[in-house]
Amino acid sequence: MSDHDYTPSSKFGKWFNDRLPLLTLGKHLTDYPTPKNLNYWWTFGGILTFCLITQIVTGLILAMHYVAHADLAFGSVEHIMRNVNYGWLIRYVHANGASMFFLAVYIHIFRSLYYGSYKSPREIIWILGMIIYILMMAAAFMGYVLPWGQMSFWGATVITNLFSAIPFVGESIVTWLWGGYSVDNPTLTRFFSLHYLIPFLILGLVVLHIWALHVPGNNNPIGIDLKKPSKDTVPFHPYIVIKDLFALLIFLIVFAFFVFYSPNILGHADNYIEANPMVTPAHIVPEWYLLPFYAILRSVPDKLLGVIAMFGALFILVILPWLDTSKTRSAIFRPLYKQFYWFLVADVLILGYVGAMPAEGIYLLVARVATAYYFAHFLIILPILSRKEKVLDVPLSITEPVLGGAVSASAVRQRKDKL
Amino acid sequence: MSEKKVKRREFIFTATYAVGAVGVGATIWPLIDQMNPDASVKALASTEVDISNVEKGQSITVLWRGKPVFIRRRTDEEIAKAREVNLDELKHPEKDEDRARDPEWLVMLGVCTHLGCVPLGDKGEYGGWFCPCHGSHYDTSGRIRKGPAPTNMEVPKYEFVNSNIIKIG
Repeated sequence: MSDHDYTPSSKFGKWFNDRLPLLTLGKHLTDYPTPKNLNYWWTFGGILTFCLITQIVTGLILAMHYVAHADLAFGSVEHIMRNVNYGWLIRYVHANGASMFFLAVYIHIFRSLYYGSYKSPREIIWILGMIIYILMMAAAFMGYVLPWGQMSFWGATVITNLFSAIPFVGESIVTWLWGGYSVDNPTLTRFFSLHYLIPFLILGLVVLHIWALHVPGNNNPIGIDLKKPSKDTVPFHPYIVIKDLFALLIFLIVFAFFVFYSPNILGHADNYIEANPMVTPAHIVPEWYLLPFYAILRSVPDKLLGVIAMFGALFILVILPWLDTSKTRSAIFRPLYKQFYWFLVADVLILGYVGAMPAEGIYLLVARVATAYYFAHFLIILPILSRKEKVLDVPLSITEPVLGGAVSASAVRQRKDKL
Repeated sequence: MSEKKVKRREFIFTATYAVGAVGVGATIWPLIDQMNPDASVKALASTEVDISNVEKGQSITVLWRGKPVFIRRRTDEEIAKAREVNLDELKHPEKDEDRARDPEWLVMLGVCTHLGCVPLGDKGEYGGWFCPCHGSHYDTSGRIRKGPAPTNMEVPKYEFVNSNIIKIG
């Protein structure tokens, strides 16, 4: 942020900015040079910021009416739905907002995978993003426990029991997490406390995420380093602001469709039954956004190894910048990586599907193959591709292929061959 | 500066770090331990159950420390089935004699040792219990036979107060 010699025009502005350079920061954010070829996959950062603010605002309101007690929680949620003015709307926005948040974050992550945005010099942005993603899952899980329905209770039981797989101290850790010998009122109250805390941790990490982004600047669809500012960039305001707002509008149409037309389609009917520690629902599944990891957990027949595989599937993403060492960022110029990328997308979707199905027969077999492929993609395919793949020639600037009349990557290469 | 003085300073530093670490540890411990079961939770440590109405082949489920406890009055066939198993076949070898001191009465936590769901009775491939969450099969002694659960269902501490009352805990 030291790349600005900004002087506010008004006398008061100058006086204030000399003491707290907020106006300099504002100027940096509006002028921020952005690659001019960013496509709509790049609008999800803004959409995610919107999702986070929505969750915080609606959550703040819900906490005014919700009662965190095992005997009262379920009733208080129904109270919100029936009695509180617009309570139904605020709760449905919060509940579906969580799903929309994950929808956006998955698109954001897969965009990064396609265009190599996790590569040097953006590893810290990527790692911060992964920490945010893990915190999002923790927040979503704890939030799902709060209505104290059957799925809340048994979801909490299954997930906290994951820690019992830790040798020697597992049982003590689970008792400590529960504050008792089973999921009960002490568990509910601490989950409420942490569910309130985590969004603000995420907010802080988002600030760091954006700060780290503004050091090298955005990656772009062709994945090259740009001179900034130059004819390859446009200022963030108004160009990117208006594009982000338009994308947000489209996203809000999808969001509103869920809230107003099918607010419960992403939930489970069992969660409208109050928690009962004596009966487990016949078919318990986590929320859709956790299903791929759930499938990995269930595909391993050993308890400890299953838990290790599940957490390993997340951790492997954190170290991704050191597994894929290809210098070429964008999949546009990596013909083999591009194919394996789509295999990975399909693999994760398959894992999500079998995660929702009973763990038996063909589903279990498919889950095992898909789990093995998931790890093979990161641990075998990417390191080999980084060394062996013949990448296409990358243009030197964003304008080069445009001015040379070449649109496709192969055309660029032919032209360069002639030179 | 003489060598002796340097050593003395190092000692003071080390001692200060050590006292500081103990102080930080002692301060943090209450913040961590407050999450462990409190006195009111621990006070609910035992429960007494009337079993006089349970017929052979029936089971009842009672709540103890927030967890379901299965009390099953087993049929002769179930007992025989549980006792004739070769221990080498078991993932977690335990004799049925050790799990059910009175062979007719099987008392155990109705909690799957995989991830804590409540298994369903009279189900599964071994005529005992089946956990719907992740597909663990238990036999008529509550021992794990197939599926992801690592151990048999846990037998809590219990005693017969008289022929009609079981005290769990």
